Amino acid sequence: MTLERGETLLVTVGIPAFLLVFFSLVHVLPIGTKHPVDFLAPGILGLAVMSTAMVSLGIATGFERSYGVLKRLGSTPLGRRRLLLAKIASVLVVEVLQIVVLGAISLGLGWRPHAAAGLAVIAELLATFGFAGIGLAMAGALRAEINLALSNATYLILLLIGGIVFPLDKLGGFAAFARLLPTAALSDALHPTLGQGVAPGAEAWIVLAAWAIVAPIVAALSFSWE
Amino acid sequence: MPAIEVEDLRVCYGDRKAVDGVSFAVEPGEVLALLGPNGAGKTTTVETLEGYRSPTSGAVRVLGWDPITEHRKLVSSIGVVLQRGGVYPVMSPERVLKLFASYYTDPRSPAELLELLGLEQVAATPFKRLSGGEQQRLALALALVGRPRVCFLDEPTAGVDPAGRIAVRDVIASIRGDGVAVLLTSHELDEVERLADRVVIIDHGRVLAAGAPGEVGGGGEEVRFSVEGGVDIAALGAALLVEVISEGPGLYRLSGSPSPALVAQLTAFLAEHDLALGDLRIGRERLEDVFLRLITKEPDE
Repeated sequence: MTLERGETLLVTVGIPAFLLVFFSLVHVLPIGTKHPVDFLAPGILGLAVMSTAMVSLGIATGFERSYGVLKRLGSTPLGRRRLLLAKIASVLVVEVLQIVVLGAISLGLGWRPHAAAGLAVIAELLATFGFAGIGLAMAGALRAEINLALSNATYLILLLIGGIVFPLDKLGGFAAFARLLPTAALSDALHPTLGQGVAPGAEAWIVLAAWAIVAPIVAALSFSWE
Repeated sequence: MPAIEVEDLRVCYGDRKAVDGVSFAVEPGEVLALLGPNGAGKTTTVETLEGYRSPTSGAVRVLGWDPITEHRKLVSSIGVVLQRGGVYPVMSPERVLKLFASYYTDPRSPAELLELLGLEQVAATPFKRLSGGEQQRLALALALVGRPRVCFLDEPTAGVDPAGRIAVRDVIASIRGDGVAVLLTSHELDEVERLADRVVIIDHGRVLAAGAPGEVGGGGEEVRFSVEGGVDIAALGAALLVEVISEGPGLYRLSGSPSPALVAQLTAFLAEHDLALGDLRIGRERLEDVFLRLITKEPDE
């Protein structure tokens, strides 16, 4: 189902792929390296996780809620646990697809990762839980249309201040605030693990873990099914 | 054991009492209709039985289970039509039926249900492009896919065209024949008269009357008639020796019980005065009249 929605693929694969290719070939960003793809690829892989776990999951769940689908499922034997597991599975499937497609494009653009792949996967998983929590918290509390607008706005802001296209240390005063957000923490985790093959600093882990724990709890407590 | 038991149910939203002391029971193989105007508390009662709301006080049981604490046992034995929505707008009837069938251990075949409810022609059409009646018939098909023992149908014929109504009515009669207990809500009186074994009329969260559609309200038998141009009710009353009640321009009711002699006297009186009888009906008070009489009364607070 998730893969059939055209707009979902646009957000989850199309936009990250476009950003990756565009900024790799058009040198307008203050990245300060001859191979922008070396900077961009890890951040774009982080963006991909955000687009799937937060934007796409949140918007779809918001509309399911407003159409009464969630309410109707509540009186079938499907149950909340299996519904949640199905959603997690669909998010993970899309993420694997994204990593394959975006990784292949990056390699094609000349990216040469020095990967500590295991640590990168852990960072992506922690971020998935954090983003999913944020997306579901908005979906479970807001009207579907407001949720749609707010999810896209959040996506754009986190894209700009998340260390994805602009390095965090060029953000000036924003940087300290940005580093508390899950997107920047994920970039901070992915740049060293995928760029140099070394473990990231403790701060990034703490921020990622905190979002991964707190956001789903907030979502679970505040979620209204209809 | 009744399939559905409701005992002195009260449900409050903040200060507002949506349901205020409702009791009834539905046996297996029985169709009970909750009848009442919008906002009477019908949907709240049904949703409490489905486990969506908690009773403020009182007790509800479905197949002996508590709808909230034993919800997981309940869901495989109930079929639900919500008042609105519940289906992904882009999914076709065939697809959504197959999806719902996958939730149950022994589902009915989607193809059979599509045929039963006359949805074969639109089996591949996205839900949002179906007519209101088709959407409602699909909702009923979804309620039946898990072979339920209890069905909760909230306004199952709302927006359904006459042919669709016949299909819905036949389906409800057939599941009743299989021993399914059916609780439906409606504000359409004709529909309830045709569908239900028993009617519970509620308004302002309270039961106003309960019984078989022909008996509810305790209305006695009566004679109603109309006369073009009107009739002198004092003269007619004197001739028939019963009270003649005017119910509107040219519309009358006799308070006496409808014996053949009374009807003969009435027609003789009209013939003598050369008055044209427009309409003559003898029998029990119609459900619609009972309903209107009951709900227009001010609630006695």
